[in-house]
Amino acid sequence: MSPIDTVRFAARAATAWPLRTALMMLAMSIGVAAVVVLTALGDGARRYVVDEFSALGASLLIVLPGRTETGGVNPGSFVSSTPRELTRDDAAALLRLSLVQRVAPLAVGNSEIAVGGRLREAMVVGTSADFLELRGLKIGQGSFLPREDFGRASAVAVIGDALRAELFAGQAVLGRMIRVGDTRLRVIGVLAPSGRGLGMTTDELLIVPVATAQAMFDTSGLFRIFVEARGREALPAAQRQLEDLLRARRDGELDFTVITQDALLGTFDRILGALTLGVAGIAAISLAVAGILVMNVMLVAVTQRTAEIGLLKALGARAATIRSAFLAEAALLSLAGALTGFVLGHAGAWGVRLAFPQLPAWPPDWAVIAALATALGTGILSGVLPARRAARLDPVQALSKR
Amino acid sequence: MAQIELDDIDRVFKLGDSAVHALREITLRIEAGEYVAVMGPSGSGKSTLLNLLGLLDRPNSGHYRLEDRDVTTLSADEQAEVRRARIGFVFQSFHLVPRLTAAENIGLPLMLAGVPAAERAPRVAQALKDFGLEERAGHRPEELSGGQRQRVAIARATIMRPAMLLADEPTGNLDRATGHEVTALLEALNAAGTTLIVVTHDPAMGERARRRIMMDDGAIRQDLRRTDAAPGPAGPPTGTAPGGPQPPHPAPRRVTPDPPR
Repeated sequence: MSPIDTVRFAARAATAWPLRTALMMLAMSIGVAAVVVLTALGDGARRYVVDEFSALGASLLIVLPGRTETGGVNPGSFVSSTPRELTRDDAAALLRLSLVQRVAPLAVGNSEIAVGGRLREAMVVGTSADFLELRGLKIGQGSFLPREDFGRASAVAVIGDALRAELFAGQAVLGRMIRVGDTRLRVIGVLAPSGRGLGMTTDELLIVPVATAQAMFDTSGLFRIFVEARGREALPAAQRQLEDLLRARRDGELDFTVITQDALLGTFDRILGALTLGVAGIAAISLAVAGILVMNVMLVAVTQRTAEIGLLKALGARAATIRSAFLAEAALLSLAGALTGFVLGHAGAWGVRLAFPQLPAWPPDWAVIAALATALGTGILSGVLPARRAARLDPVQALSKR
Repeated sequence: MAQIELDDIDRVFKLGDSAVHALREITLRIEAGEYVAVMGPSGSGKSTLLNLLGLLDRPNSGHYRLEDRDVTTLSADEQAEVRRARIGFVFQSFHLVPRLTAAENIGLPLMLAGVPAAERAPRVAQALKDFGLEERAGHRPEELSGGQRQRVAIARATIMRPAMLLADEPTGNLDRATGHEVTALLEALNAAGTTLIVVTHDPAMGERARRRIMMDDGAIRQDLRRTDAAPGPAGPPTGTAPGGPQPPHPAPRRVTPDPPR
């Protein structure tokens, strides 16, 4: 029997029992759809987190004062118990490194803002002009902090969009004076409303030059220094340069910590990737169950069609012909089920994206391919036993069956 | 030599501990183009004999030579090959595939033989015409009358132009008139040169055969040949009655005419 005829014959047989075929396809499609939807969710979550962090810049180094070490007690532990703070001069020195593109020192505190009669508590961030680019912020009105020496305490401020709405309520903002603590500042810019941000929104920030903030909070140390390397590849080298410089500036002591965005990202990536894989594995169990169902359905089909198999043998069908006819039927059933599941799964993922627009719930290609391949594989494998049973039937006994 | 040569065929079925001798030392010669009725009570072994002749069953001992070839030693697939090319089966319960149309049922042996669809179509169309089934080509078995179903089955059995037709109670599920129709059809095919071997309970049908083999308890009790000169049945079959089947025109068959050897 030619391959086309085999497939056509199998298709006719499969469609002769529509309910049986539909239920079978349903089981198989649920398995595939489960894999597609669940991996879409898992991978969506992974991508969401990774995107969030990448928004901060993939080539970002964060320098914090102090160092946590699990090295036990050594003579050094008794000499310097408090780490030296990071200073504006450290930040300025970093700017001169060849592999460093941008530097934004950060001094942070809380203060009250007064405009006219209104009063509001807000977080004050003292930083430099590079902060805008580093954090990927957008200016809505006016301009950001001027590019100037880190030591200069200009009396200017840039405010978040929520602050603008609450303090000025629709009035013109640029050029207005505000009082922050005891300091009077002129508003030179407003940040565009930020869509999202991990943890903290920039809409409620008050941004001032770093020296202004330090004067305001009466401190000489920095909370953080954000450093952007020249490209992602330069990151390790830039980190080495940075550490060497800072160590030289503090008598060879490494009393600060450098966090790379990449390391953090990689950890999240791995954890969530493993989660997706686990979820896919659980969903794949339903595919194995569907495979068993295919086997059951095909065994019933062989019993149901015993007389027909006897007839085919009487008409001169070889064992291989009968085997391939039943195998083709199992393959068609699982193929149809797998494709239905593929469509259902994508519809489900689409539904998830519709319900949670911020979650990029696209099933990863590997999961889709693995689901389809597993469905087809188990389906065909489950068809082997029934097909062999059909081919081995004794024609005389088969023909006497009704 | 004869078309069919059976020598000392034994067939024993094991039923639990006891052995049932379905066939005992059957030795038989059937020439090409013969019309043989195999008769006998239930359990006499006539169906077993037919299955054996049709290569659906193997003897426990003895030899079966079909067209001068020992077919008892062939592998299952080789036997399938022989069945496909040389043997046509007609069953009491028709054995049509319920989901296929009349035309598709008739074309089934061609499909199994790997004949491309384009080549099958004209041959099936010709068969439908020969057996007066053109109107019913697209109907499924459940939409056909008993007589039409058996005509479809016979058309299917002959589409490969086999050398012999094996019919197991071909009229058993039909009323008298349709039974006659089907008998006439089979006899017409026999007249065109195909060996016809019919297993039947019906003495009237047995009467019509030129040769009658009576079986009992797995052995041949009587082997009667009608000696009268008239070739074929005595008198026209009554079944050629209302809208009776047109005997298929004697298409060229691979079987040689009656043996003068």
